Amino acid sequence: MQTKRKKKRISDKTVFFALGYGLILLLTVFCLLPFLLILSGSFTEQSSLLTDGYRLIPKVFSLEAYRFLFRVPGDMLRAYGVTIFVTFTGTVSSLFITSMAAFVLANKSFRYRNVVSFFFYFTTVFGGGLVPWYIFNIKYLHFKNNYISLLLPLMVNATYLLILKSYMKNIPDEVYESAKLDGAGDWTIYWRIALPLSKAGLATVGLFTALAYWNDWYDAMLFIDDAKMYPLQYYLNDILNKSQGMAAAAAQAGIPAAQIPTEPVKLAMTVIATGPIILLYPFLQKYFVKGVTIGAVKG
Amino acid sequence: MKQRLLLKDLKKNRTKWFMILPAAVVVILMCYIPMSGIVLAFKEFNYHDGIFGSPWAGFKNFLFFFKSGKAWSVTRNTILYNIAFLTVNTILQVSVAIVLSEINRKRFKKVTQSVMFLPYFISWVVVGAFIYNLFNYEFGAINTFLKQVGAGTVDVYSNPKAWIPILILVSLFKNIGYGTVMYLASVINIDPQLYEAADVDGATIWQKIRHITLPGIRPTMIILILLSIGTIMKGDFQMFWQVTGNNPMTLGVTDVIDTYVTRSLMYMQEFGMTSAAGLYQSVFSFILILLANYAVKKVEPDYTLF
Repeated sequence: MQTKRKKKRISDKTVFFALGYGLILLLTVFCLLPFLLILSGSFTEQSSLLTDGYRLIPKVFSLEAYRFLFRVPGDMLRAYGVTIFVTFTGTVSSLFITSMAAFVLANKSFRYRNVVSFFFYFTTVFGGGLVPWYIFNIKYLHFKNNYISLLLPLMVNATYLLILKSYMKNIPDEVYESAKLDGAGDWTIYWRIALPLSKAGLATVGLFTALAYWNDWYDAMLFIDDAKMYPLQYYLNDILNKSQGMAAAAAQAGIPAAQIPTEPVKLAMTVIATGPIILLYPFLQKYFVKGVTIGAVKG
Repeated sequence: MKQRLLLKDLKKNRTKWFMILPAAVVVILMCYIPMSGIVLAFKEFNYHDGIFGSPWAGFKNFLFFFKSGKAWSVTRNTILYNIAFLTVNTILQVSVAIVLSEINRKRFKKVTQSVMFLPYFISWVVVGAFIYNLFNYEFGAINTFLKQVGAGTVDVYSNPKAWIPILILVSLFKNIGYGTVMYLASVINIDPQLYEAADVDGATIWQKIRHITLPGIRPTMIILILLSIGTIMKGDFQMFWQVTGNNPMTLGVTDVIDTYVTRSLMYMQEFGMTSAAGLYQSVFSFILILLANYAVKKVEPDYTLF
């Protein structure tokens, strides 16, 4: 009897783990395969890519796509520059103004904290829709071909504000009280005490914000016409979807458009636009995991 | 009296109010002022007179939207896709989280979890590039593979129905890691003593999952599902736009409210009807969110949003 039950338990476990490992391996391959195919394709010669298809290891290895892109890399580097500028400026300003507001709203002595929190929170549940937003931004805020159109829309995120608020709430009241007794004002307490003590929260929220800025192409699609001002993702979008994008790149490189290895170039540009994220990913992943978990707890 | 109190507070706590000011200004510019523009849905907009100067149109814009036949099809698409995404994603996210919590091999867990979380970090433009390179008719990875093994080719770009499973898989690809992390955190929070007690009683692994793990993560599951139901009227614009490439052949099956509004705005400069469609979506979403929040309050009062 005893051994029979034990045997059943082992076989149950075996079935569970066989299914479990199978599921996880399948999903892992599913998530990884597109990356590998793109990477290998970008190192494949165009004619081989078109006839032999995508392989995990290039059949005819070639650097022509990268050579083409780096021949006259002006546009690509400028797009990189725009994205780095927008990501840096946007993330720093966003963290600064969001954390200031979060600090005040976390303070129990601030009488209007609930009303003001709701004022921010309400924007996540109701909006006027795309059209009025678009018209206001173009007509009154002069967003057309203005970098402010890439910065402002992602600047204040009510969810991140609430996450930072919950970090700052964790700082014991006594810390503030003793600072106050020492004659510190609100600003000093924020700058000297609250910010350093909520470093973990700032890192997490900052990374999510930076990721949103880095990956943004939507605001560029709506507001930026001038190809010289394209951020990286929208420049990539242009290369991928519009023949003009590729033709402009060819004209700059002084190559007849027919001779460009079009497909590998698209793949190489995709690799170049995604590279930094994938390289940084292993080091930053734990902060993102933390962020997701807070989100799960705090809504 | 109330006003006097506020004025007094503005003066007494002026540093605090100044510290809120920049964030408040951004939110006013980006959210509250545009909100007033919902009057646009009831106007015949012309650029010269602006939002408030343009003549009134009554419900003409709404009539136009609902009579175009588009209202029903984009609403249906939005809701059905969201239901499909929610179902498939939740089942697999929960399953993966449970399996990962049972596995003891640290390295395996870490590597697979990292790989599954990776797609969350890439832009939708890059996902669009993946799709194009996989499904392109002449040389896409899938068709060249099918040719090599001697099977026929598939042309998804002229076959609208094919996009239903593709979009579901893309949503899974992008979200499996994120959801797994969330559910795994919830599984780890379950009291380990419950499992020890079950072991003593000789419970099988399936029994433990059914009677301990699933009930343990139930609150998290219910909340996440209710919140998703609150946003069921919102289509993931970036995903639909980039994955389907805005292909006119497939719009009947792939057009959601958000892509329809954006396309009409950008290519047809259709202001009145698009803002009517936008307002219709906002109001319904708002009602759904209130209902979802009410439901969360019933189930798990600690997790309400407001």
